[in-house]
Amino acid sequence: MNRGDNAFQGVDLDDVVTRAGGWLLLIFLCVSAAGFAADTGFAVHMMICAAAATIAAFYTLRQVGREPEAARPDRYYDDVIRWGVIATVFWGVAGFLVGILIASQLSWPIFNLGLEYTSFGRLRPLHTSAVIFAFGGNALIATSFYVVQRTCRARLFAPALARFVFWGYQLFIVLAATGYMMGITEGREYAEPEWYVDIWLTIVWVSYLVVFVGTIVKRSEPHIYVANWFYLGFIITVAMLHLVNNISVPPSWLGSKSYSAFSGVQDALTQWWYGHNAVGFFLTAGFLGMMYYFVPKQAERPIYSYRLSIVHFWSLIFLYIWAGPHHLHYTALPDWAQTLGMVFSVMLWMPSWGGMINGLMTLNGAWDKIRTDPIIRMMVFALAFYGMSTFEGPMMSVKSVNSLSHYTNWTIGHVHSGALGWNGMITFGAIYYMTPRLWGRERLYSLRMVNWHFWCATLGIVLYASSMWVAGITQGLMWREYGEDGYLVYSFAEVVAALHPYYVIRTAGGLLYFAGAIFMVWNVWMTIAGKLRDEAPMTTAAFDPAKDRPVVPARTAAPVPLAAE
Amino acid sequence: MSYEALRQFADSWGLVLMGVGFVAFVGWAFRPNSTAATRRAATSIFEEDQADG
Amino acid sequence: MAISFLQKHKVIERNVMLLMVFALLVVAVGGIVEIAPLFWIKETVPKVDGVRPYTPLELAGRNIYIREGCSLCHSQMIRPFRDEVERYGHYSLASESMYDHPFLWGSERTGPDLARVGGRYSDEWHRQHLTDPRSVVPESIMPGYAFLADRNLELPHIDRDLMALRDVGVPYSDDDVKKAVADVLTQGDFSDGDKAELAKRYPGAQSRDYDGNPGRLTEMDALIAYLQMLGTQVDFKKAAARETAK
Repeated sequence: MNRGDNAFQGVDLDDVVTRAGGWLLLIFLCVSAAGFAADTGFAVHMMICAAAATIAAFYTLRQVGREPEAARPDRYYDDVIRWGVIATVFWGVAGFLVGILIASQLSWPIFNLGLEYTSFGRLRPLHTSAVIFAFGGNALIATSFYVVQRTCRARLFAPALARFVFWGYQLFIVLAATGYMMGITEGREYAEPEWYVDIWLTIVWVSYLVVFVGTIVKRSEPHIYVANWFYLGFIITVAMLHLVNNISVPPSWLGSKSYSAFSGVQDALTQWWYGHNAVGFFLTAGFLGMMYYFVPKQAERPIYSYRLSIVHFWSLIFLYIWAGPHHLHYTALPDWAQTLGMVFSVMLWMPSWGGMINGLMTLNGAWDKIRTDPIIRMMVFALAFYGMSTFEGPMMSVKSVNSLSHYTNWTIGHVHSGALGWNGMITFGAIYYMTPRLWGRERLYSLRMVNWHFWCATLGIVLYASSMWVAGITQGLMWREYGEDGYLVYSFAEVVAALHPYYVIRTAGGLLYFAGAIFMVWNVWMTIAGKLRDEAPMTTAAFDPAKDRPVVPARTAAPVPLAAE
Repeated sequence: MSYEALRQFADSWGLVLMGVGFVAFVGWAFRPNSTAATRRAATSIFEEDQADG
Repeated sequence: MAISFLQKHKVIERNVMLLMVFALLVVAVGGIVEIAPLFWIKETVPKVDGVRPYTPLELAGRNIYIREGCSLCHSQMIRPFRDEVERYGHYSLASESMYDHPFLWGSERTGPDLARVGGRYSDEWHRQHLTDPRSVVPESIMPGYAFLADRNLELPHIDRDLMALRDVGVPYSDDDVKKAVADVLTQGDFSDGDKAELAKRYPGAQSRDYDGNPGRLTEMDALIAYLQMLGTQVDFKKAAARETAK
C-alpha cells in the first residue's frame, strides 16, 4: 500500500476507512483480551497494544483531506532512517543507563531499591535487550535501509511497510521491556520475550525481509554489494534462530506464560545455538554489513580486498552456527557436541580476523586519517576491538581455558569488549556518518566532540574489560583453591566479597562510556537543529547531496521537480 | 546411522571434504581472471561520486 | 564445464533469491548436524532412577524462580571437577533436567550453584535469606525478596500448565492434572489433603508449611518448596553402592 509513490491520486477515502476500521477492530480485540486475561501482565500488555493501535488509527484518519505525500522516485526514502537514528541514540542511552544501574546493584545491593520491579533479576534482561535489540536492532534496521538504497541506487521498496517495520519494532521493544519489569520472561538468555511478543516480532521481521529484499530486487546495480549479503545473512538467520528457539506451548491463550517445547539437554543446546548466533549474526554479521559500507565510505577508498570479503562472508556464516556448544563445556551435554563446538569456535578465529584485516587494511596508504578524522578513528578502534574479542572468544572456547573462565565475570568482560568496543563504536561511527547526510547539513555540529566521545568510550571500555578480566580470573582461581589440609580454602561468600573493588571499577567504566554517549546525544541534537560549532576544523569524508540520489528508470524520471527536502 | 559411524565419518572423510571444499572455494575466490569484476564491485559504492548513470 | 562453475557465483551475486536460499542452506548445516542427533541418540539422556516431574507447587515455585531471573546469577549445573563436586555435590546428570521446560543451567555464578541446594538449609534459613539476604550472609549482594511472603500464591490455570507440559513430553497422568489444584493445597499444608497419596504419585514430595505462616499459602511457600527439592531426586549413595557391587 504505497500511496506515496503515486502522485496523481489523492488519498482514497474508502481505503482510509477500511484501514481505520481494521485498527478499530484490533483495538476491540486487544481490550477484550485484556479484560479476559489470565494474569495482570498479559492484561497490561494487551492495553499497550490497544494504545498502539489507537495511535495508528489516529494517524490513518488524519490523512483524510490531506495531500498525499509527494512522490519521489528520484529520492531515497529516508524518513524511516531518520527516525531510526533518533531511536538508536535514545535506546542506546536508556540501555547504558540500565547497565550502570545493574552494575551499581552488584557493587551496592541497596540500588535494588527494595522494589520487585527494579531488582537485578528483572533489570538484567532489560539491559541486555535494550542494548542488543533496541540500540543494536534500531542501528541495524536504520543502517541497512540506508546502505541498501545507496548500494542499489534504488528507492526503498514499500515505504509504508518500512514504516510498519520501524514502529512495529518499537512496539516489540516496549512490550519486551515492560514485560521484564513485570516478570514476564521465558527465562532464556537474549530470547526472554514470551510467546505473543515472539509472534509479533516474527511478523515485523518478515516485513523487514520483504522491504530489504524488495529494494535489492529493484536495484539499478547489477552486482549486489557485499554489505547487503551480510545484512541479508543476518536477517534470514535471525529469523531461523528466532523461530526454532521460541517454539513453546502456552497453557492459556490469554496468559503470558509458556513452556518451551524442548527440555534439559536439548533445550540447552537449542538455546545456545540461538544465543551464540544472536552474537554471531545479530551482533557480528549485521554489524559487518555496516562495516563494509561505512568504513570504505568514510575512508573514501574501496574495501582492501573484495575477494577476501567473499571468503569472509561464506566462511563466517558457515562456521558461526556451530559454535554454540562452547557455552556448555563440561555440562551434561554429550562430549561429542562440546568438542564439535570447540573445534568450530577455534576455526572461527580465521574468518573473524579476515574481516578485521579487510577493514583495517582499507586504510592502507591513508593511515594519517586516523589522526585527522575522528570518525574513521572510531571505526578503526571498533575493528581493533572486534579483532581482540574474536581472538579472546576462540581462546575461551578451548575446554581447558573454559573450565576456569566459565561461570565467571571473564565472560561478562569478553562480551562487553565486543559489545562496547565493536558494536558500540561502529554504530557511533555510522551515526556520525549518516546524521549530517540525512538532515542535509554541511557537517556534524562538532567533529571535536566526536573526539571527546571517543576518548570517554575508550577509557570506559578499558576499565570495564580489564576489571572484569581480573575479576573473572580471581573468581575462577579462588573457587578451585585448595589448602595444604586438602580442603577448599574459600567459601563462596568470601569470593563474592573479593570481587567488590572490581565491580566498582566496572561501574566507573560504564559511567565513562555513558558520558561519551551524552556527547553524542548533544552532537546529534545540535546537528539536527542545524547548528555548527565554532571550532578548529578537522577532516571528514566529502558529501555531495545532489548526487545522493537513486538512479531513476527513464520512464518515471520526468515530471517531479527537484526541490530541496 | 549409529553415533560411532558418524564419529568416524566426521574424523575422516567429513574433515577431508570440508578441507578440500574450503581450499577450492578460496582458490576460486582469488582466481586471477576475476580481478576486473571484483574491482568494479568494490568501487560500485563510489559511483554516485562520478557522473550519474 | 569449468567455466560454467566459475560463472555460478556471479549468478548468486546477482540473484538475491539464490543468495538467500544458499545462505540459508549454509547456516542450516551446523544446527542440523549438532542439534538433531540429540533427539535420537539414546545415550544423550541416560535413564536414572528417581527423576520425576515437578509437583504443581514445585512447578509454581520454579515459575517464580524464572520470573525473578534467579537463573541469571545462580547456575544449576555442577561440572565434574573436584572443587565443584566438593562444594556443591555430585556433578549434574542429563536426566536430572529431563523434565525442565525450559532448562535452567544458567551461565553465571554471581551467586553459588543451586543444583543440589535442596535439603542443605532449613526452611527457616531460606525464609530469612530470601527476605533479607545480608542478615544471614553479610557478604551477599543478592536482592531481597520480602514481597514473596506477602503475596498469596495465585495460579489461574495450574491444571492447564500441567497439560501444556504434558503436550511437550512430561508424563503427567490425567489424575495429576485433575488433582493439580488440590495437590498445591495439600503440599503447602493448606488443606487436610492426603499427603501420602501425593507422595505416591510424586515420590519424595514433601508436604509442609514452608513459609512459616500456616494462615496463608504464599509465593514464598512455592519458591522454598522448589528450592528444597532441587537435586534431591537421584539417590547417589544407592547408585554408588550398586556401582561397587558390580
